[in-house]
Amino acid sequence: MIDYWPLLGIALVVLGFALRFNPLLVVAVAAIATGLLGGMPFMKVLAALGHGFNANRNVTMIYIVLPVIGLLERGGLQQQARTLIRGMKRATVGRLLIVYMGFRQIFAALGLTTVAGQAQTVRPLVAPMALAAAEKEHGELDEETAERVKEMSAATDNVGLFFGEDIFLAVSSILLIQGALAAFGIQLTPFQLSVWAIPTAICAFLIHGTRLLLMDRKLRRGR
Amino acid sequence: MITLQWLYVFAGAIFAGFAIGSARSTGNPKRWGNAAFWALLSISFWFGDLLGDIGNGVLVLALVGFAGAHLLGRSPGQSTSDEERQRSSERFGNRLFVPALIIPFTAFVGTLLFTYTPLKDSGLIEPKSVTLVLLGVGVIIALVACYVWLHPPAVAAVDEGGRLANSIGWALVLPQMLASLGAVFAAAGVGDIIGGIASGIIPHGSILLAVLLYALGMVVFTMIMGNAFAAFPVMVTAIGIPILIRQDGGNPAVIGAVGMLAGFCGTLMTPMAANFNIVPAALLELKNQYGVIKMQIATAIPLLIANIIILYVAGFRL
Repeated sequence: MIDYWPLLGIALVVLGFALRFNPLLVVAVAAIATGLLGGMPFMKVLAALGHGFNANRNVTMIYIVLPVIGLLERGGLQQQARTLIRGMKRATVGRLLIVYMGFRQIFAALGLTTVAGQAQTVRPLVAPMALAAAEKEHGELDEETAERVKEMSAATDNVGLFFGEDIFLAVSSILLIQGALAAFGIQLTPFQLSVWAIPTAICAFLIHGTRLLLMDRKLRRGR
Repeated sequence: MITLQWLYVFAGAIFAGFAIGSARSTGNPKRWGNAAFWALLSISFWFGDLLGDIGNGVLVLALVGFAGAHLLGRSPGQSTSDEERQRSSERFGNRLFVPALIIPFTAFVGTLLFTYTPLKDSGLIEPKSVTLVLLGVGVIIALVACYVWLHPPAVAAVDEGGRLANSIGWALVLPQMLASLGAVFAAAGVGDIIGGIASGIIPHGSILLAVLLYALGMVVFTMIMGNAFAAFPVMVTAIGIPILIRQDGGNPAVIGAVGMLAGFCGTLMTPMAANFNIVPAALLELKNQYGVIKMQIATAIPLLIANIIILYVAGFRL
């Protein structure tokens, strides 16, 4: 008989996020509840939480770029990004983000995942450029439309990253797949696996690219 | 040899800078809460390995306490006005892009140098930390370039870094918290329980149904755990290998690779993948915390269907 109680932690997470409690609080409460329900004493849960936090500090490392981004924004980086786009006659939100997605996928496929990202490129460059391009197509943006353009900028970065990185041979997810299958005696090379990331990468480009072009059409119609 | 430890010391200094910048931000009524929050994070980066597991656990609870009790605020407005920034952008022009591009350029050239040239064997950088070390190097070069070209006030890096960090706020440590939640989930056996449920509802005789269950299982489990890495070993053990590969004779490379990518479609749709989905909402100052996720659903679902078709056709029909 399996004990299903630890799954209550998952329910707590879903409920906490849905009710919009502070996510840090939700996660901590869920972690402690899950551990206790899994039969661990409180001090052991606290230790597991602390150990996990300390071992995953590299996740937060990326924010060391913030002082650079802040200094450049003070120097007028966002304004300059907009000026650059206004000077490009044929630039639209859709075209701009399609080009960005293409580069993001190619760079990720070459293993260069940290070259771009939400903090490094989307906030200081991509989002302001997309907003400037949208203003050219649509005229002054209402708040709702500006929000959609910013959301699409962030989404495009994620899609480009997720569906490019697995083409790279040495990315951790490919190594994980290889290891998981090898544990069952199925030996595959990273190359055999990463080749099969290509069809999905193409589908992602086509599907998201279509949405970007549709966004252009919608912006022009709202003019 | 430059190891990850060096980077942690550097990052700890940056976070200490956020704390100082927050304390200096007199317009923020909760500035001492912000300062304490970043100081705790800085302590974690500097002394995390000395605190012990329990000590780190207490530090985590303290961080959560500050966020949960709403002790963090942000300063209204920005340091300089839009007009000043416009004038500054006209003065510096496209030179402003150079420091922004130094960071990716350092990562790009550095990765090439440390992968394909004799530098690889130089022992200068610990091999598994090359990417993060290069990120740190890029940040240092870019900071120097900013000061040389833009001549900002001396404390501007601290103030501007703190301002940006406070516009992200507690969401900045959420990804790391979720990673530790994953560790607790693993310790409590959550993966085994879900694997047990998944293998208990396997339909027999229909390859398509088994493919559907495998792909949807990856999506749902990824959405719960926040990343496909935790979901994959569970689903491949429960369904991928025993049913799809062994019983139905599917192509293992397709089942493995595309199964993982089906999970990535789930990553696009969950707040648990906070660094991709929640942090950007804070970074871009969106009204809706879940705006990025909502925008991604219309890409994730057609792409999931495409992945299911690839799994079925390439895995079993080619």
